[in-house]
Amino acid sequence: MSEVTMPRLSDTMEEGELARWLKQVGDVVEKGDVLAEIETDKATMDLEAFESGVLHEHLVTEGTMVPIGQPVAVIGEGPPSEGPSSGSTSEAEDPAPEERGAESEAPQTKAPKSEAPEKAKNATPEDDAPVADVADVADVADVDDMVDVDDVDDGVKSEPEAPSPTAGKLRMSPLARKLAHDHDIDLDSLKGTGPDGRIIRADIDAAISAQKDDGGAVAEPQVAPAQREGSHDQGEGDDEVIPLSKIRKVISRRLTQSQEIPHFFLTSVVDVDRLIALRADANSELAEQGIKVSLNDFIVKAVAIALRQHPEANTSFTGDSIVRHRRVNVGIAVATDAGLLVPVVTDADQKSVSQIGAEVVALANTARGGKLTLDQMSGGTFSVSNLGMFGIDEFTAMLNPPEAGILAVGAAGPELELRDGEVVEVQKMKITLTVDHRAMDGATAAAFLRDLKGILQQPLRILV
Amino acid sequence: MERDEDVFLIGEEIGIFQGSYKITAGLIEDFGPKRVVDTPISEEGFVGAAIGAAMLGLRPVVEIMTLNFSLIAIDQIVNHAAKMHAMFGGQVKVPMVIRFPGGGGQQLAASHSQNLEVWYAHIPGLKVLAPSTPAEAKSMLTAAIRDDDPVIFLENLALYNMKGEVPAGEQVAEIGKAAVVKAGTDLTIVSYSRGMVTALEVADEFEQQGVSVEVVDLRSLRPLDRETICASVRKTSRAVVFEDDMLSYGIGAEVSATIGEGAFDYLDAPVRRVAAAEVPLPYSKPLETAALPHAADLSRVVRETLDATQFSK
Repeated sequence: MSEVTMPRLSDTMEEGELARWLKQVGDVVEKGDVLAEIETDKATMDLEAFESGVLHEHLVTEGTMVPIGQPVAVIGEGPPSEGPSSGSTSEAEDPAPEERGAESEAPQTKAPKSEAPEKAKNATPEDDAPVADVADVADVADVDDMVDVDDVDDGVKSEPEAPSPTAGKLRMSPLARKLAHDHDIDLDSLKGTGPDGRIIRADIDAAISAQKDDGGAVAEPQVAPAQREGSHDQGEGDDEVIPLSKIRKVISRRLTQSQEIPHFFLTSVVDVDRLIALRADANSELAEQGIKVSLNDFIVKAVAIALRQHPEANTSFTGDSIVRHRRVNVGIAVATDAGLLVPVVTDADQKSVSQIGAEVVALANTARGGKLTLDQMSGGTFSVSNLGMFGIDEFTAMLNPPEAGILAVGAAGPELELRDGEVVEVQKMKITLTVDHRAMDGATAAAFLRDLKGILQQPLRILV
Repeated sequence: MERDEDVFLIGEEIGIFQGSYKITAGLIEDFGPKRVVDTPISEEGFVGAAIGAAMLGLRPVVEIMTLNFSLIAIDQIVNHAAKMHAMFGGQVKVPMVIRFPGGGGQQLAASHSQNLEVWYAHIPGLKVLAPSTPAEAKSMLTAAIRDDDPVIFLENLALYNMKGEVPAGEQVAEIGKAAVVKAGTDLTIVSYSRGMVTALEVADEFEQQGVSVEVVDLRSLRPLDRETICASVRKTSRAVVFEDDMLSYGIGAEVSATIGEGAFDYLDAPVRRVAAAEVPLPYSKPLETAALPHAADLSRVVRETLDATQFSK
């Protein structure tokens, strides 16, 4: 007998949602089998069995948030002593483990009804009704059954019953599943009204409007005062209340954490004439090879080089120690429809600018498609946030804990400068470093920023 | 035939007898026996002759009296017409049309009432078209004749007496395009050929009850217009396929799989199929009627699909 606990699947994970059980009570599991899907703060991961045996018990239902370390299932040897209340009739006789695995799947999942058509007349509402042999379909005498063999659901739909916690997989139409996910609907609270308790769109629509009602009521006290004074009499009806998506929740929690970090800002104005020229040269001369790099790719590489020179800036404060990271992994802030994501270019100091460029494009596209894996978002040691393309002159970025530094990059633009007694036009760019003061002091950070500026102003150092 | 003198007709009883179903009526008078060629009862022979003619640049339009008799020529169609272009590295084309009616319901008994179009729709190298109205028959046949690949042109006995408006002048359909014949928002019925008549009848019946049914006419069974099918189901989230062929491995199976692959996240209920009974079609009228899919069957399955999703309006 051993308990399967909620594993830590990412740096920032504190709890995980048991999204879906893939193994049911009574199933034989091999070490390495995927027991369930876990939805963490940023991605969906597999929960694997660490030992072989028979799944004796689900300790939590699908949709439950479970803190790290809390048991979610029990794996033992031999059949479970008390099986699920339903579907135990045919299995109680202690069949061999292999048979058991095969058999127990039938009554508990929705598979049999869609895969092996039953004769409508014979089907009973009981879950463990014998699955009709497929040969029945070819029963020549029974013309009624022939005309539409897919009558499968009719016979069974007499009593829609809610899926019981032990009933295994949630019955849910694909559309309902997608809508529930999009609107962050808690599946536990849902009662399916489709055939056999299948959750269908109508149920999700009901849950969404219920959620909106709740949300409206809760939000009202905070939103209302300003609204009430306006010409609208009822704030609730006019405001759109958008429930927080998972990503939004993570962003708000992490940035609140970030705000608690004692931090300071350092700004530097960088002369980027040569950097811009170098980039233009590179792009025009390498265009034939399909290479195209952005200013930001050069900046990321420059940051990585400066970090390699200043290991004290490539750190994390952990509470009782400061960790100097051996690798230089630069996170890039990417705006997506769902919210801010920070995919990581690992070992950026060892990659060429074009390699970094290609990776950033690929990561940003993956991020915008909502397909970033945890791996692609973890392990960052420093971040770069660039709002230059929005014409922002300068800004300060919030730390992305546990990283000790983040660089905010503004737009490059022409400015007048007095040089050797002459007024010249120079391309300038403002960069602002946010620093975790617990990890670094002002002078340390200033030295890092000074050298970073030096590299950006002598951009051949980025390449050589 | 007036436009292109390479086009000629060949088949049994299509000339002097004017065609078993009078499809070629009058053509022998207009174009003479060199371009409207009567043949003996020898499907394999005249289909083979037409393939040879097509390889050498003519555009034969073969009539086989019914789909059932095309089985005698299936080696010519599948092993030769369909393969030639690819097996000779593109050096030859086989620009021919093979027309035949399929379908049951005429009390012609099991061996003369089949819907085996899926056999041909399965074969790369062939195109399979199935019009459901007189106007489509014209535009699709024109497209089929002008196409450089062998085209199976599926007609249906039960549609031969259908009357409908046919636009004058040249009409050339695009091969491989399904048509949304009736737009709707609540449920998609996918059908083709004779099934379209029933599909539209049932769609109208539901329309009167406030259910907006979209009807997709496949028109081209190969290539299959998967995008139009999926786009419709993404909109309606419910789908029923109505087909005259058998359920197992039928056109509906392919359409259902297409929906599963292309619109899975939009489905609120399983895709349902209404098809013929899996029996050799009986001669006896009551049994034949019972074995073929009808409007009442489609109507029931549409209703069940709506119920399964708690549809209300």
